[in-house]
Amino acid sequence: MSVILVFILVVAGFSFWWLLQHRVLSKPWLEHGVHAALPETDISNMPTAKIGLGIFLAVIGALFALFASAYFMRMEYSDWQAPPLPRILWINTGVLILASIALHCAVRAVRERRMGMTRLALVTGGFATLVFLTGQLTAWRDLSAGGHFLDSNPANGFFYLITGAHGLHILGGLVALGRTTAKTWDETLPTERLRLSVELCAAYWHFLLLIWLGLFVLLAGWAGDLVALCRQLLT
Amino acid sequence: MVDATPRMHEGISPAEVPELELYHPKGWWTTYVFSQDAKIIAIQYAGTAMAIGLVALVLSWLMRLQLGFPGTFDFITPDAYYQFITMHGMIMVIYLLTALFLGGFGNYLIPLMVGARDMVFPYVNMLSYWIYLLAVIVLVASFFAPGGPTGAGWTLYPPQAILSGTPGGQDWGIILMLASLILFIIGFTMGGLNYVVTVIQGRTRGMTLMRMPLTVWGIFTATVMALLAFPALFVACVMMLFDRLLGTSFFMPALVEMGEQLSYGGGSPILFQHLFWFFGHPEVYIVALPAFGIVSDLISTHARKNIFGYRMMVWAIVVIGALSFIVWAHHMYVSGMHPWFGFFFATTTLIIAIPTAIKVYNWVLTLWRGDIHLTIPMLFALAFIVTFVNGGLTGLFLGNVVVDVPLSDTMFVVAHFHMVMGVAPILVIFGAIYHWYPKITGRMLDEWMGQFHFWVTFVGAYAIFFPMHYVGLVGVPRRYVEIGESAFIPPSVQDLNAFITVAALIVGFAQMVFLFNLFWSLRYGREAGGNPWRATSLEWQTPTTPPPHGNWGDERPVVYRWAYDYSVPGAPQDFIPQNDPWPQKAVAGTA
Repeated sequence: MSVILVFILVVAGFSFWWLLQHRVLSKPWLEHGVHAALPETDISNMPTAKIGLGIFLAVIGALFALFASAYFMRMEYSDWQAPPLPRILWINTGVLILASIALHCAVRAVRERRMGMTRLALVTGGFATLVFLTGQLTAWRDLSAGGHFLDSNPANGFFYLITGAHGLHILGGLVALGRTTAKTWDETLPTERLRLSVELCAAYWHFLLLIWLGLFVLLAGWAGDLVALCRQLLT
Repeated sequence: MVDATPRMHEGISPAEVPELELYHPKGWWTTYVFSQDAKIIAIQYAGTAMAIGLVALVLSWLMRLQLGFPGTFDFITPDAYYQFITMHGMIMVIYLLTALFLGGFGNYLIPLMVGARDMVFPYVNMLSYWIYLLAVIVLVASFFAPGGPTGAGWTLYPPQAILSGTPGGQDWGIILMLASLILFIIGFTMGGLNYVVTVIQGRTRGMTLMRMPLTVWGIFTATVMALLAFPALFVACVMMLFDRLLGTSFFMPALVEMGEQLSYGGGSPILFQHLFWFFGHPEVYIVALPAFGIVSDLISTHARKNIFGYRMMVWAIVVIGALSFIVWAHHMYVSGMHPWFGFFFATTTLIIAIPTAIKVYNWVLTLWRGDIHLTIPMLFALAFIVTFVNGGLTGLFLGNVVVDVPLSDTMFVVAHFHMVMGVAPILVIFGAIYHWYPKITGRMLDEWMGQFHFWVTFVGAYAIFFPMHYVGLVGVPRRYVEIGESAFIPPSVQDLNAFITVAALIVGFAQMVFLFNLFWSLRYGREAGGNPWRATSLEWQTPTTPPPHGNWGDERPVVYRWAYDYSVPGAPQDFIPQNDPWPQKAVAGTA
């Protein structure tokens, strides 16, 4: 359960920092009336949707941290036999990085109000993501062709389960990306609204890329070495 | 008095925080059924939760009938008994308590108490309710599925949960249970995002975090915890569903059943327990923290005194929330673990007693020399404090490994958790309904029915659960359909069981009086006016009661003070509403 505990620790640390920023040390029973003319507010001027997405990403982070925790706990058993890592995952990783870069370009373009460029970047990002998903399905096919089925041992089960969960999240993101791309043809929409949508998509993509990199390290079996190295450094 | 100088944010002055664009419903359906108004959604959540809670209540009667008078009722077979206890537990914990506190009270109170017009994502909020309803329907469907609902115990421990020996294990029961939980979590996440972001972004001018009523603090912290804890249950459910449907072996070790080797192999049942309790323990506080918050407000309002140690109360809520994530394995002392782990988890468990005790002291000190009005909400609040202390003390027993090992899986544990997370939060829910019903409907609940409901429930709950501690101490195990004859169990236990059953039936019937009161007072209750309890927090200051869609009329209120200015010396009344600039006059354009 160490992965999820580290994750919770990070979230808790951020929360405590946020609370301190919002003066949880103040004494509300002593303050009244004085600043009646202009009561202060401590609402952030960041768009509400971004804060909502941030919290949603924290929930997704917790979900994958728990998958990783379960993976680690099962890995410690002596009969653990990880399936071979399909080569195509390397290409998939590259493609997903490409999608993330494309969305980053889209954010820059929409900020400079270059609609054509935004559209191109969004479509490229979406296309690259579709390639990634196809690649993941190919990886599943390669594995099952090699006799590594979902139910042949827990390591295989974890592989399909974790990559599947990640793929579903990407698929959900694609729906939002599709709607955002459609919005670029809507001339009446204010640019701010479009900019917000593009930024939200990009943030989601970057986060899911980050998760994928973590999962890739996990599934490739390097995570065990990493933990062993950390333990050595600590002791 | 401290002059808290207003802080300006870069580029945008507080007065220019944009208003939320409200969705304006056009017809009856979008106003009352597919409504995006948090208050309607709250009532939908609460109604559904109470309806399914009623099912769980009847199930508890049935299981008590079996325990009190074993062998008398032919239709209660061992299988049926296991199904009753499983569904009773799961419904009460998740579909009633969690849904009612967060979906019900969260939706109704958060926007009103922080001065918002609605939740920040009303559409997602609406979806949240409908997915919750779907989860409930799937759950109810399992009663009618072949083989009936699952009888795996509310903890659903594998491997037994999906084997043929357990009711519903190889039928539809467990599948529908897991599917329903997955739906519930998806729905809850949608609602939870709303509650959290509304507290962060929806507060009106002047409503700093430290001026929020403790109710909002409790619900806010509980929601943050739930957003982080429910994914653990989600992962566990998905993996078990894979085991059951696709033949994977995440939780299933190699097994021989009825002399037959099953196809499973290599799974770890302990892994499920870790995931389940990583959700399960925070869940206790997901239910308790909103109760803590609400009870603080009830006590302060009905004792006409500011809450003692507001800051400490807020910090205690946050600290309890954080600590509850590192105590989960105290549910697994008997599952086998390294002694040092047991030591660690016993220590963290006992540390939680400190912030919790701070809260109890502060409630008592709030009452101390207060102008206590023994209204129905206050009676329930007082009953909560007593009950929570009772349940909390036995929690200290069970938190210690050496005491827990012999008491584990006995009726003592059942009595403990019913006191601390069954009866105590339910008492708060009742108190809260009596307190806020006038705001929701514009009428008071009937006082005499309320008195009857309170005393029967309170005394009855003790008649049920106090003897149960003793039954557990002499060693009666939980989840046994019948004790049979055992050398160590005296015959008096059977008499006690019969007594408990009678008490349970009576307490159950008292709830029917409460439900009748809810409907009766809707029509015949005394007119309440806008602020019958003379309370300070914002929800009582709405221009009209019940508040309409949008809550606040033309302009949102401006907050000048915290929520606990009761009996302030020199003030014209014994309470000063949060939006009252006293002793200054309101400056034009801000109030």
